[in-house]
Amino acid sequence: MIHKIFLIIQREYMTRVKKKSFVVMTILGPLLMAAIVVVPMYVATLSSEKKTVGVLDETGLFRGKFRDSDNIQFHYLDSKASAAKENFKKSGDYALLYIPSTELSLPSNAILYSDKEVSINVKSYIRNVMSKCLEEVKLDAKLRDLPLPPDKKITSDDILKSIKSSVDITTIKIGNKGKEEKSYPEVSSFLGFFSGIMIYFFIFMFGVQVMRGIIEEKSNRIVEVIISSVKPFELMMGKIIGVALVGLTQFLLWVVLTFGIVTIATPMFATKDTSKQITGQVFQNNYPGTQPGKTMDVPAQDNSQVNEVLDAIHSIDFPVMIGTFLFYFLFGYLLYSALFAAVGAAVDSESDNQQFMLPITIPLIFAIIMSPYVMQNPTGPLSFWLSIIPFTSPIIMMIRVPFGVPFFDLFLSMVLLILGFLGTTWLAAKIYRTGILMYGKKVNYKELGKWLRYKN
Amino acid sequence: MDILTTNGISKQFSNHRALDKVSIHVPENSIFGLLGPNGAGKTTLIRIINNILAPDEGELFLDGKKLQPSDVYKIGYLPEERGLYKKMNVGEQALYLAQLKGLSRQEALKRLKIWFEKFEIQGWWNRKVEELSKGMQQKVQFVVTVIHEPHLLIFDEPFSGFDPINVNLLKEEILELKRKGSTIIFSTHNMASVEELCDHIALIDKSHKILEGDIWQIRKTYKTHTFEVEYSGTDDNPSAFLPENFKVLDYHHVNEHYSAKVQLPAEARPNDLLSFMMDHYTIEGFREIIPGMNEIFIRLVTGNDPDISSTLTGI
Repeated sequence: MIHKIFLIIQREYMTRVKKKSFVVMTILGPLLMAAIVVVPMYVATLSSEKKTVGVLDETGLFRGKFRDSDNIQFHYLDSKASAAKENFKKSGDYALLYIPSTELSLPSNAILYSDKEVSINVKSYIRNVMSKCLEEVKLDAKLRDLPLPPDKKITSDDILKSIKSSVDITTIKIGNKGKEEKSYPEVSSFLGFFSGIMIYFFIFMFGVQVMRGIIEEKSNRIVEVIISSVKPFELMMGKIIGVALVGLTQFLLWVVLTFGIVTIATPMFATKDTSKQITGQVFQNNYPGTQPGKTMDVPAQDNSQVNEVLDAIHSIDFPVMIGTFLFYFLFGYLLYSALFAAVGAAVDSESDNQQFMLPITIPLIFAIIMSPYVMQNPTGPLSFWLSIIPFTSPIIMMIRVPFGVPFFDLFLSMVLLILGFLGTTWLAAKIYRTGILMYGKKVNYKELGKWLRYKN
Repeated sequence: MDILTTNGISKQFSNHRALDKVSIHVPENSIFGLLGPNGAGKTTLIRIINNILAPDEGELFLDGKKLQPSDVYKIGYLPEERGLYKKMNVGEQALYLAQLKGLSRQEALKRLKIWFEKFEIQGWWNRKVEELSKGMQQKVQFVVTVIHEPHLLIFDEPFSGFDPINVNLLKEEILELKRKGSTIIFSTHNMASVEELCDHIALIDKSHKILEGDIWQIRKTYKTHTFEVEYSGTDDNPSAFLPENFKVLDYHHVNEHYSAKVQLPAEARPNDLLSFMMDHYTIEGFREIIPGMNEIFIRLVTGNDPDISSTLTGI
């Protein structure tokens, strides 16, 4: 029986991968995605307007550390926080960096006020400088206090790891009336929304492929020939798994090709010095095992904003992102493809499927409509519930993941998604085995209800 | 011995009872006709035999043992709704379907080569199915049905959609399969092919089996003591001199002579009819009329007598 499912999977996979449309999509996809990555970098190199940033450093740690670059100038303020905020409008500065004093620990927070969206370049530059600064402080303290055990050599890597600091910069937009609104971090939002859209797109694209495949088998009248040698459930699962493998193949080819294109394309926009570093970072991304410290050692080039954009992107935990993406892609697809399979079995031709497609598409579209709210408030109750309910969770949870999700939420959502998949598959199998043998019959929901109660 | 026995099979679809306690016995190495009007439940019964549907009640026995899911390898099934993947290569597809029937790739390849040569379709191995004519597709279809050399073959409406040449080919193949020891069940509306091929039949109507048995026995059971006499001489209606209870159902002019169909009363012998006729005419031919399956079918299913040209009026 296992052998037969394997035969079915193999056929479903091979016939699809050999199709011209698959090859075209495989090539076009990465070009599109590479454009999404490369074009902003290109645009970033174009903007040469000087930006001035006022720095209000209550800790005094960072005084003189922010050096002016080609595009950013820093000047230091000594006024009170409230006064500085009031004066900000008049000063004509691009942004105000406020580093509040801390009592016991080293500062790890900063607030960036601006009347417009703060560009990623500026933010990541500030983050870089601050974390470097903090690392120096920590390193000093370490070297001073640490009694070196004579038998144990401490490598520079150990030290680097122990002092690695991350800085959280909150961006607050000051509106025209002086009102403050918190703006969400761009990279996380972009990444989250992008993954959400990808999941949506994948579920639809491959779910519809499952449905089409079943309608094809029905209209070709081959289905009964096949189910005289395999169980209908095996045929359905073979098709769903075969198409899932096609989707995974396409996704992996996209990732590999996109990185390939980005690696080749970035040197065209970056200077000679930075190109080496970028390829290094891309390389690091592909192989998470390589030393994270390696690229950190290279000092950030003042004039390479390309680098900073990439840094911002690299601040995301990619193994977690890709891991969760694959999970939600796979199980989101499995949950929906079972439903698509049921629809395919219930209708005779694709033109009849409208009434059954609606309930499948509504939760998916609803998730996409809700995504801006989720990005603004990734931990709110709406975001929580939508990322837990199996029908919307594949999209909404992917939007939440870059912002950081509590383990419990992720666990619950994943377990419910797997249960949801088992549930829809069970339901779909019942509709499927009756539907594939029905020809020329207009089916409605009442009829489907009857099929669910049939005993085989 | 019976190769297949169904024992009181019932199947209910929400508000429609498709089969009601149907028992049939298919003798080994026979050609068994499964007859019945549309919607009688034939296809449901066939699907149950093929393990596609499960019966609500009743049991099935293959070779005297309870039917197992793994028995699909012993059955070759050509469904009424049949087709192939249009975009797939003929050879690849045949290999796929043969492997689903449990053959290894090498074995399937070896047997397919033989069959493709036999049906003269070997040149189509690498072509797409959609490029094939309907007849060719049906040949491929037939090949993949018998490729695993099953003991029991089930053809649901095998002749529908075949052109006369392919119908003949298929008939020859069915007889050939029987010679080789297989048992064939087929359902059809074509009564001529039933008389030509079948040894046994079962008639299903409105989810009940209403008739089963050896086809010649059945036809003899339904004969009506009617005889056809061909004669020459005068063209008088024989009823003029035949006794009252000798019913002349039909008489007409055929070429150079006449033909009359006469139904005899139960107590009369064929010789009685002949002796009456001999007095008036020259006898050219004489035979008893055995009803065809077509007439038996119509009579049993509609409950009415078949139309006027039939030999069975007056019963």
